[in-house]
Amino acid sequence: MKASRGLHFKTYLLIFLMVIFGPLGNVLLGKGMKRVGAASFESVPEILNLLGRVLMSGTIWLGIGSLITFFAAYMLVLSWADYSYVQPASSVAYAVVALLAHLMLREVVTPTRWIGVILICMGVLVVGHTPPRTTEPS
Amino acid sequence: MRVLIFYLLIIGAGTAGELCVARSMKAVGEVKDFRPTALLAVIPRVLRVPWTWIGLTLMGTAFFSLLALLSTENVSFVVPVTALSYGVGALGGKFFLGEQVTRRRWAGVLLVCAGVALVIAGRG
Repeated sequence: MKASRGLHFKTYLLIFLMVIFGPLGNVLLGKGMKRVGAASFESVPEILNLLGRVLMSGTIWLGIGSLITFFAAYMLVLSWADYSYVQPASSVAYAVVALLAHLMLREVVTPTRWIGVILICMGVLVVGHTPPRTTEPS
Repeated sequence: MRVLIFYLLIIGAGTAGELCVARSMKAVGEVKDFRPTALLAVIPRVLRVPWTWIGLTLMGTAFFSLLALLSTENVSFVVPVTALSYGVGALGGKFFLGEQVTRRRWAGVLLVCAGVALVIAGRG
């Protein structure tokens, strides 16, 4: 029983880290890219110039750091928990990303859009609560 | 048109990449020791699984597509729209892998799609 409780604790802890650092990473990338400016892909020098500006942005590196933290937590939790368990548990990330975008980037999130985000969270939750295997192993 | 291609890359390459990585972590096995040195020791084992590299390439493609979109679009718009990957996953499961997608799962996918529709409609 003790081992099982430990397993639950580390699963919840890592899902918590995923739900915080995934959205935070996306918001930081958004902030950094807005400063870099609209991406244009007309010629090779332009693409290299764009890449240079992206790699010089501290905000983007912070975002990448957040996403690496998210990704490390995600991979670790997948080493013991089922994908079909982790996926719905992390559905709340869609609400967190809208909230952070509103608070940190002052993005306007209209009521219609909030309802849409909540529907997405509910949908992901329902998708996850279905049998993980429907094909017979041959 | 270009914007549409980026969304398709985020959804398609991102989902395929995650599946590859999930597969490689199952091959590595449960990580039980969380001390920093033990975690570092896991990395070379993960990198030896070919699925990791396929997954990382796909996820990298999705990442740069996301960056391109975020240079012009709002985060609170782009990220919710990428939830359409659940619909792609269900369709791919049914028609590509021959899985039986339950009614309940379709209901969830429908909710996600309705949510994305509202996010697009709620453009302030």
